[in-house]
Amino acid sequence: MALKIVKGSIDRMFDKNLQDLVRGIRNHKEDEAKYISTCIDEIKQELKQDNIAVKANAVCKLTYLQMLGYDVSWAAFNIVEVMSSSKFTYKRIGYLAASQCFHEGTDVIMLTTNQIRKDLSSPHQYDTGVALTGLSCFVTPDLARDLANDIMTLMSHTKPYIRKKAVLIMYKVFLKYPESLRPAFPRLKEKLEDPDPGVQSAAVNVICELARRNPKNYLSLAPLFFKLMTSSTNNWVLIKIIKLFGALTPLEPRLGKKLIEPLTNLIHSTSAMSLLYECVNTVIAVLISLSSGMPNHSASIQLCVQKLRILIEDSDQNLKYLGLLAMSKILKTHPKSVQSHKDLILQCLDDKDESIRLRALDLLYGMVSKKNLMEIVKKLMLHVDKAEGTTYRDELLTKIIDICSQSNYQYITNFEWYISILVELTRLEGTRHGHLIASQMLDVAIRVKAIRGFAVAQMATLLDNAHLLTGNTQRNGICEVLYAAAWICGEFSEHLEDPMQTLEAMLRPKVATLPGHIQAVYVQNAAKLFATVLRKHEGETDSHAAQETSQLLIDRLPLFVQSANLEVQERASCILQLVKYIQKLQQKKVEVAEEVTALFAGELNPVAPKAQKKVPVPEGLDLDAWINKPPSESESEDEKPKAVFAKEEPKHSRSRHTEVDEKELARRREARKREQANNPFYIKASPSSQKVYDAPGVEHIPVVQIDLSVPLKVPGMPMSDQYLKLEEERRQKEKAERKKEKKKKREKRGKERKADSGPESEEDIAPAHQVDIVTEEMPENALPSDDDDKDPNDPHKALDIDLDKPLADSEKLPVRTHRPEVLKSPAEDRVNESIPQETKKRSGKEKKEKKKGKEKDRKRSKEEKKKKKHKEVEEELLESHPEEAVQSEETKEAATPPTSTSAEASELDFWLCSAPVPPAAQEETAPSSAAAVDTSSAAAPESEPDEPKDAEPEDTKSSKHKKKKQKKEKEEKEKKKKKRHHHHHHHSNAGGEDSVQNGTVEEEEPLPPMSNYFLLAENSYIKMVYDIQGNHQDESKVVVSVIFENKSDSFLKSMEFNVLDSLNSKLQRPEGAGAHDSLTVPFQLPPGISNEAHFVFSVQSIVMPQKLKGTLTFIVKSDESSTHEKLDFKLHFTCTSYLITTPCYL
Amino acid sequence: MQFMLLFSRQGKLRLQKWYVPLSDKEKKKITRELVQTVLARKPKMCSFLEWRDLKIVYKRYASLYFCCAIEDQDNELITLEIIHRYVELLDKYFGSVCELDIIFNFEKAYFILDEFLLGGEAQETSKKNVLKAIEQADLLQEVSTEVYYHHCKATAIGVHHRVFGLSL
Repeated sequence: MALKIVKGSIDRMFDKNLQDLVRGIRNHKEDEAKYISTCIDEIKQELKQDNIAVKANAVCKLTYLQMLGYDVSWAAFNIVEVMSSSKFTYKRIGYLAASQCFHEGTDVIMLTTNQIRKDLSSPHQYDTGVALTGLSCFVTPDLARDLANDIMTLMSHTKPYIRKKAVLIMYKVFLKYPESLRPAFPRLKEKLEDPDPGVQSAAVNVICELARRNPKNYLSLAPLFFKLMTSSTNNWVLIKIIKLFGALTPLEPRLGKKLIEPLTNLIHSTSAMSLLYECVNTVIAVLISLSSGMPNHSASIQLCVQKLRILIEDSDQNLKYLGLLAMSKILKTHPKSVQSHKDLILQCLDDKDESIRLRALDLLYGMVSKKNLMEIVKKLMLHVDKAEGTTYRDELLTKIIDICSQSNYQYITNFEWYISILVELTRLEGTRHGHLIASQMLDVAIRVKAIRGFAVAQMATLLDNAHLLTGNTQRNGICEVLYAAAWICGEFSEHLEDPMQTLEAMLRPKVATLPGHIQAVYVQNAAKLFATVLRKHEGETDSHAAQETSQLLIDRLPLFVQSANLEVQERASCILQLVKYIQKLQQKKVEVAEEVTALFAGELNPVAPKAQKKVPVPEGLDLDAWINKPPSESESEDEKPKAVFAKEEPKHSRSRHTEVDEKELARRREARKREQANNPFYIKASPSSQKVYDAPGVEHIPVVQIDLSVPLKVPGMPMSDQYLKLEEERRQKEKAERKKEKKKKREKRGKERKADSGPESEEDIAPAHQVDIVTEEMPENALPSDDDDKDPNDPHKALDIDLDKPLADSEKLPVRTHRPEVLKSPAEDRVNESIPQETKKRSGKEKKEKKKGKEKDRKRSKEEKKKKKHKEVEEELLESHPEEAVQSEETKEAATPPTSTSAEASELDFWLCSAPVPPAAQEETAPSSAAAVDTSSAAAPESEPDEPKDAEPEDTKSSKHKKKKQKKEKEEKEKKKKKRHHHHHHHSNAGGEDSVQNGTVEEEEPLPPMSNYFLLAENSYIKMVYDIQGNHQDESKVVVSVIFENKSDSFLKSMEFNVLDSLNSKLQRPEGAGAHDSLTVPFQLPPGISNEAHFVFSVQSIVMPQKLKGTLTFIVKSDESSTHEKLDFKLHFTCTSYLITTPCYL
Repeated sequence: MQFMLLFSRQGKLRLQKWYVPLSDKEKKKITRELVQTVLARKPKMCSFLEWRDLKIVYKRYASLYFCCAIEDQDNELITLEIIHRYVELLDKYFGSVCELDIIFNFEKAYFILDEFLLGGEAQETSKKNVLKAIEQADLLQEVSTEVYYHHCKATAIGVHHRVFGLSL
């Protein structure tokens, strides 16, 4: 035995440790793979040994190799061995290896369950910590299920170190095992008030992550988080909470109102950019959800925009980027506020950083107006020219098109301009977006009838210069525009000035090099042009021209008849035969034009993209049923090619075609390359020489210039060979062109003169010509709206669980029955209570009491009364048959009192109402905004059942201020009144003690943790309610929260709060202040507003109930006068008020 | 946070921590893709980029890139802060940390990270507490590795890389 140990340690001395391995790898740079494979062999040997130290060392090395990309899954079992070592050194390495190497598919994971459980309950906190850390990386649904209860127990561990880890890992557990969420949630919520800031922040983290995904289940926590937000100084926590509020506000607009003020304060005060950014983001989210404008909102928006401007102007690229990002969110709802910063955003387009430029581009989208569209696009076109790299340029291209085409071409005043822009875009090198440009051309030409003449002229030029687009193989993407050009020229050929020339251009031999689907369009539209030419020459005595055209077609079409593309071939041969027949008729001097034109008669209307989907299937039509008997398989294959006739089809077959070919081609190319490489006589093309050929920017420019100088008779050709002067040249071109057409188009002349004075003035005028944008056709009653669902695979979807519903026994987490003794902390005792090992009778009863205040179920609040009767019966049942209760889980769930549920709902409402700017109080002074509140709260999703309670405070007031009410409100109230009879007010002022207790039916109910306010004092000016809370951090202090509510029509200011100290309880005054000095309340109250202030008292003994006399002095300022007023009060410190309100759970 | 990667200017992975379950193949693919993308960026560019449906936040310290993937709603600036905080922790722990420290003591770098982040969320915002936890855990560990560590630091091959510029 001893020998074995000695041998082990000797072995170890000769082993490589991790450092040796790393060094070895660095020394074997040339044959790294070989070196590592020998190392792996060594490691395998080491793993075979019994010595755990050797094994751990081996596992550690494996972890390193895993990072380098080597497969170490074969060692999974050894990792488990090292994990289960009793020594922390090895355990640590084992867990690290596991967390790096294990994943859900690792089968040995299930072997670890018991080991992990043992480590979790280890007396050494670092064992537990290491197990938790590891678990967070490789937790599987099985592990989550088996260990959920153990981890939940750890959430109440004595050591904050463990508590915070346990809290954080719960999130992973929830994701893997959603059933654990409801049982664990009360404990988690409790941790929000943990004395340790780390644990608290962990709990905030987890709940925020949960709530972000499914906000509606966490709405009831809003008051708690609000309190945390106003009290916390930890930026990490603040950011999370603020983010959470961002997710909650869309569900509860009143919350948004409450938030605006603290958030704007934070924005003003914080120096941390991350916090500032988060606040701005949430304010934006709030304002979006509040959409209906309250007067001071524009101020908040302005503040945000200002702050963002500062970010954007900052020299730090990161802040610049984020500023732009946030700006784009504001843009959606408040485009005006952003538009005023156009200068800054345009400036960002010149930034060195591409990502910043892209962000700025996003913003441009929303900044265009009819006035500035051309200006902005001009700027973008300049950027297109300067842009390096095709990605950014393509992005620019799509943005230009997006900007122009947005909301049905809303901002385009001059479509001629737009067409020219599109034509200019076709000159882009190697863009992938030819298709996009083409579809825009088609769309505009089809839908804007007035532009067709111009469009056709431009397209004719494009066709004429097609060689520019196709000349370079790299520019293949752009060929697509020829598809559009050919179609437009053909379809609207009546606008062509010289159809004969265009026809000639479309039948050039070079066309045969274009992709098949484009050729097909060429052929088809050549026929259309042919018809136009015929008609043009009809009636002329000399039929020579018409016959010439026929001859041209007969000469050129055979080229297409030979095409490899089926579509082209078929169309070409059809048309060829047709033309031959027509030629015969022409020779006999028969008039054919009309009949040929009839081939293409009728107008094509645009159809909305979704129209097809929206056509309802007629009743009785079964699309899956066979019309004929199912044909045999071979037959169906034969039939398929015949169906190829739709426009899209040729593309389809083409791609299929190339796909097959490409493999073959690649193989051949590979073979050829190999051959060439081995051939010493073969001169290989160096990449640089290729570049010379491919750098087409320089090459094509002179060609364009020549081209343009010659066919100046073609009108509307934009001179875009030099992008730098692009816009100006276009205008000059247009000018020149219009001068020629002056006589024809008088209408345009007026416009053109204005164009001379600069682009701005041009935009001021109404659209150049009456533009009729044809809307796309849709089937009747169909809406173009989208109805897409969310991603069903989202893991967070499973966590959409109603947390307020009472727990059923079936939901309790699985517990091992024979658990090793764990050290007991007071917290843990409570834990054990929650474990359903106890008699069901007891838990049944206690649950009822303890759940209240935490649980609510809005749906049930309606059925309250009925349920209550039910409950009593059920209760008896439970008590008499405890065993039975185990089985009847469902009955039990029903039995847990739903009454308390409405308590929490109204609690939230109360909290929301007593906001600094509460809707109820607002009503008194500003009826119109109150109306807005009313409608907005009614619009809030799922707040329907609460409405009755919701309306109450407003109603109380309404009796006093009836005159000011609007009719609309009254109507709404009346509706609500019907439902309300069984609640009573929580604002009833006279009641003192029970006034604020939300007046739901339940009496045995415990005090809700929040908003447990009692009336302190009241007169005609002001009302004070207060709440006393113990302090977690400092037991000798209590915090008294006082809500001051201005009941008068005057302004209350200079409020001073003073209390006559007793020996036992003293008001905490700022340093230097005398013992009898009063504290200034840090705010003023406009009419109808309430706000909350906190006063800290130090307390000597908590067993002495106290009554402290105090006075509030204040100045009432009305229009005419200001008077000094005071209000006396007595502050009750009962013994129970010192209790820290930690909610208890079963 | 979905994952954190540390890699060198040469594109060598130095540390990886995944907070979402992914297969090895996928991890490798993501790593390769991201390392390429990030290394291709110019030094003057901002530290954020959109990648798939995630946001990538990276920062370069001397020869090492620290790269985190966060979700759409997450705060980029706080992520930068996390990275910086981690670098500070490494710096405090190793004393003027350099890339070699992380290479030769990669398990320590993981331990520190694990004390700082758990499941992708910051678990401890106090530097002091993190270091305290690490030191106490180290005390439990045998000394042998410490000896090796000093040995290595002294004899490390080549010149030490420049110490991370820590401007606070």
